[in-house]
Amino acid sequence: MSAAAEILVPGKAGEGTALVLTAPISFWGGVDPKTGRIADVRHPQHGEVIAGRVLFLPGTIGSSSASAVLMELVHNGRAPVALVMHEPDAILLLGLIVAREMGWETPIAARLERGAFDTYRGAVVTVAADGAVSAAV
Amino acid sequence: MSLSLSPEEQAIAAGQDGAGMAMRIVAESARLLGAPRLIPIASTHIDGALYHGDSGTLFAERLVESGAKVAVRSTLNVGALDLMGCSRIRLEEPQRGMARRMMEAYRKLGCEQSWTCAPYQAGHRPALGSDVAWGESNAVVFCNSVLGARTNRYGDFLDIACAIIGRAPDYGLHRPDNRRARLIFDVSGLSPSFLGSEIAWPVLGSLYGREVGNAIGVVTGVASHPGEDALKAFGAAAASSGAIGLFHIAGVTPEAPDVETILAGPEPEAVIRVTPQMVAKARAGLSTTAAGKAIDAVAIGSPHLSHAEFDRLERLIAGRRLAVPVYACTGRHALALLEQDGRRKRLEASGVVIVADTCVVVTPIMPELSNGVLMTNSGKFAHYAPGNTGYAVLYASLADCVESAVLGKPVFTDIAA
Repeated sequence: MSAAAEILVPGKAGEGTALVLTAPISFWGGVDPKTGRIADVRHPQHGEVIAGRVLFLPGTIGSSSASAVLMELVHNGRAPVALVMHEPDAILLLGLIVAREMGWETPIAARLERGAFDTYRGAVVTVAADGAVSAAV
Repeated sequence: MSLSLSPEEQAIAAGQDGAGMAMRIVAESARLLGAPRLIPIASTHIDGALYHGDSGTLFAERLVESGAKVAVRSTLNVGALDLMGCSRIRLEEPQRGMARRMMEAYRKLGCEQSWTCAPYQAGHRPALGSDVAWGESNAVVFCNSVLGARTNRYGDFLDIACAIIGRAPDYGLHRPDNRRARLIFDVSGLSPSFLGSEIAWPVLGSLYGREVGNAIGVVTGVASHPGEDALKAFGAAAASSGAIGLFHIAGVTPEAPDVETILAGPEPEAVIRVTPQMVAKARAGLSTTAAGKAIDAVAIGSPHLSHAEFDRLERLIAGRRLAVPVYACTGRHALALLEQDGRRKRLEASGVVIVADTCVVVTPIMPELSNGVLMTNSGKFAHYAPGNTGYAVLYASLADCVESAVLGKPVFTDIAA
């Protein structure tokens, strides 16, 4: 399956196993910036690691330091290989925008309806530089 | 509607210097937010100088190296270190060095060394109706609600980028129509004695944040101005339990001389009638443990203590010796006054640990304890202390906090809603 998604922040195309979050997440306090592990004990995907995954985000909540956490993940080599979001979160995506300005390689962020997320669960997913999201069958 | 930049803004964005970097960051954010243009701002309050990792330090130093300077008045929120040397911070190297470099970089960018989450009590009070770009949730809500200046919640990196170019995306609370109340939060069912008590405002703020979420409401049923420190506590608690950026209180805050003036339509979309039961539940929800035999510490000053709040603290201690430490977090603006009249020495002699430039939930200060119990009168500390410090929290009035610190065990005075 594949879908043409809108590019939110351009970046390096990515391929990895999909991690589809089933609840919104706060990056600050919710994701360990050193490891990429989901640290929020109340989150359904607590314990999963977002590094190297194609991360599907149904929504984001919480602190305005989310951008700092995402940039720190990029800097530590622990960021997702691509982000797929239901709607743009300017605070979170600022982490990618600033990391790009720093000259660091950043993953692409694309927009896709959250209704389509389920079809990618567990699959190896590619997000191309033009925003196309496709899963290997 | 797509973003349109002026020729001057486009020329800045094309530059290879720090201003170009800042303009591109603000413009990209504006595009994601759906803002049609950028608007000039009068000042900023910057939350981005708190160390979360090396990348933030490297970003600030890149701005310094590329010659960037803030274009408008910019105060700094707390950092990760107590540069005044009042308290001992347990942050280890190399993080400690990187946190110091970060604070230094923001100074070099031209920011004022305010290091406080209460800049509005440290002389930074933008005019009613002016556009500003502030960070730190309690400062944002105070700025919008009590001062009537206009800001959205500006996160890390965007705050300093706006400061450097003196502009911000035109959206959200910068637009007057988006500042009007859609619901009513009516506290007239509560007793005047409760509303006059010091726990009323942090507890009501916590309830307000949970009930109202990210909507804009107006509080009704408040007979007289509760004082600026009460509004500070209300906003901080509301911005911790919900995504509150602006509240109104009819007859108290500047954009709400009365309910009719501030409501968006002829009728509110919802009316929340606050009952004593709701208040009791909200108050109980601020504690994460039952009162036991002992407490390990008291923390106050989130937001940072004002000079008036230190007056109350000193009167309540009344020269007694504390059995457990009271961590009193504040900024240099209040510290300077404490030093002038010798009060800092007297408070420290009683067992108060003054924490300046930072606070106990953003950097390691209190000893690491596996079953520590912290008492606080701050709705914001109550919200963040369990996750950030590992201490369980007991919520109480300042008077009860002080009595408990003197005795080393929790003491509660009954205050019925």
